[in-house]
Amino acid sequence: MLEKIRFNIVEKRKIFFIISLCIIAAGIIGFIAMGFNLDIDFIGGTTMHIDMHKAFDNQMRDDINAVVTDVMGEKASSIQKTGSSGTEVIIKTKELSTEQRDAIFEGIKEKYGLDDSDRLMVDNVSPAVGKDLSRSAFISCALAVLLMLIYITIRFEFLTGLSAVICLMHDALVMLTIYVLFRLPMGLNFIAAILTILGYSINATIIIFDRVRENMKLLRRSGFAEVINVSIWQTLTRSINTSLTTLMVIVVLYILGVPTIKDFAFPIIVGIIAGTYSSVFISGNIWYVLRKKFNSVK
Amino acid sequence: MKKSTSIICFVLVLLIIFGLAYTAAFGFTVGDYLVPSALDEENGIRRGLDLVGGSVITFEAQVDDSISSDELAQGMDTCVSMLRERLDDLGYLEAQLTQQGDRRIRVEIPSISDPEEAVQKLGATAQLQFIDADGNVVITGADIERAAAAYGKINDYTAEQNYVALTLNSDAVKAFSETTRKYSTADNMAAGKNYISIVLDGVVKSAPSFTEQLNTANLSITVGNDPDECRWLANIISAGALPFSLKDIELRSVGPVLGERALESCITAGGIGLLLVMLFMLIFYRVPGLLADIILVGYVALVALILSIFRINLSLPGIAGVVLSIGMAVDANVVIFERIREELRAGKSIKSSITAGFSRAFAAILDSNITTIIAAVVLYYFGTGTIKGFAITFFIGIVVSMFTAIFVTRLMLKLSVGMGLTNSKAYGV
Repeated sequence: MLEKIRFNIVEKRKIFFIISLCIIAAGIIGFIAMGFNLDIDFIGGTTMHIDMHKAFDNQMRDDINAVVTDVMGEKASSIQKTGSSGTEVIIKTKELSTEQRDAIFEGIKEKYGLDDSDRLMVDNVSPAVGKDLSRSAFISCALAVLLMLIYITIRFEFLTGLSAVICLMHDALVMLTIYVLFRLPMGLNFIAAILTILGYSINATIIIFDRVRENMKLLRRSGFAEVINVSIWQTLTRSINTSLTTLMVIVVLYILGVPTIKDFAFPIIVGIIAGTYSSVFISGNIWYVLRKKFNSVK
Repeated sequence: MKKSTSIICFVLVLLIIFGLAYTAAFGFTVGDYLVPSALDEENGIRRGLDLVGGSVITFEAQVDDSISSDELAQGMDTCVSMLRERLDDLGYLEAQLTQQGDRRIRVEIPSISDPEEAVQKLGATAQLQFIDADGNVVITGADIERAAAAYGKINDYTAEQNYVALTLNSDAVKAFSETTRKYSTADNMAAGKNYISIVLDGVVKSAPSFTEQLNTANLSITVGNDPDECRWLANIISAGALPFSLKDIELRSVGPVLGERALESCITAGGIGLLLVMLFMLIFYRVPGLLADIILVGYVALVALILSIFRINLSLPGIAGVVLSIGMAVDANVVIFERIREELRAGKSIKSSITAGFSRAFAAILDSNITTIIAAVVLYYFGTGTIKGFAITFFIGIVVSMFTAIFVTRLMLKLSVGMGLTNSKAYGV
């Protein structure tokens, strides 16, 4: 078994730490330069998704902006082409009253000869609701992580839990980086995606840590570094296979899905890759580093 | 276990799994007891508004903090029952109303084509005021004894039209008479003050003028010439004003076209994803892979039936949760199969490899799934609307996959060994 191991993941840990730090640093720089692209779910605002039955072009953008300006006195924050045939638009504005929303749709409807059913989607969120969401998102993330930490401490040891949690933060930061660098709108889907990945990644990490727990009894004479390295390699097939099967379904979902589904699937794809990477290359190494520091092991 | 017993048991398990799949797909009837198909539009899995089209509107009562909690609670009850009446009046009989927190009301309306109309009509406070030229409120909605939609001439100078006929109570008649006397004096008429504004929710609907003291209980309001509009106005004036004004703080509306498209694409994606995963498992793990595939079919059927029987609302993120859990469902099997392979490579027999593989994989499966369940439960508890929908299916998915991995996979592996499938090549080594 051991002779099959080609390189020592624990020995090369600095490389993996540096890779992760580079990605996260890029995210931080991006954040300072551009900030988050917060969606209406967090900051409030109105989104309208309309089927225009006509290919989107600059003339259409101007027409829509004329209607919006007429109603609310300023241009829309963004007008985006969407849909598989490119005939649908998503209009985002500041929070509008129901009368204003109605007036905008009626204006566009009249201009382009649309029907009521062409109003594919309307979302309107007031800033107060957005604030509540931010709070509940923060509370649920913090609470989920805390409960996981407690459970892992009971089943393993505190440092194991701490390593797993650091790993989760890593995954969350990588996902945030993707959101910042790709200017993805952060809304409800973002919270669901992050929590999914927290659940997914902790799953993968625990499988590895479970193996370490078992190997510590079997390989008493080996150092902790070796135990971790062996355990990671022993669980590698599982780590890869499970990521593959999960990625298969989620990638298909991304390819075939409607825009709302795509918004949700993309960060999950990124998260699964980040989660797998962190479980294999980061989690064990952090546990090793922490143990070396606090428990003085080999 | 004898070989024949193993075969019989194996066939039985197969029958149960395919029975589940059949029930999920087509429904099942035993005597009077009917298990509807999970795909049944009426009795199967309840489809969320984002899949069938519909609106979710959240209203918030605009009250200041000085209001006592009893007053607020009472007012909210009144609001809920009045909104219920208005929904029925608008024909949205399937709409659902829930109070959230102490001052919010969530309204869910399926299959609605004009959400803004609903927002406006539901949120209308219906506060009616008759205001004189100096801004004094003469009559309010509470003074109206009766309001009804009517058709005809309002006075000798107009054509026939739709209007709302109001009957005032005696106090209001007196107040109206007094006001018309006061403002029909020569100097007030010269100043152009001989009119009264009819204001609904702060909007002046009309401002008729008068030239003499009027001593009548019967007044009329004109609001365009739409009979539906008049009937609606008459109804809400009769029902009285809401105890406080409601602001629509959140609207999420999906048209039926988009909903249907979303559902179709999710089902197709789920199906293709499922096939890919099954193919992968079969190629990689051979016999155990085939077993995992059969179990996966049972897993999907079981999740569908649970969603259907417990009437869980399946929203778009909920489907994403189910699809994601399909990918993760095979995880437990992968963990088990990998352990069995290791034992086989170490030179153990198939039988003892399976036993050892299971007992070793158990702790890993338990710990990893419980931590994931923690995330799902927290998400459900603190999440709102869509997130809750995702959390619940994700939770069901994880629990069912843990159950199938721990019990069904073990049983089927043991039976297949009992049937004489003991060549380790069949187990992918």
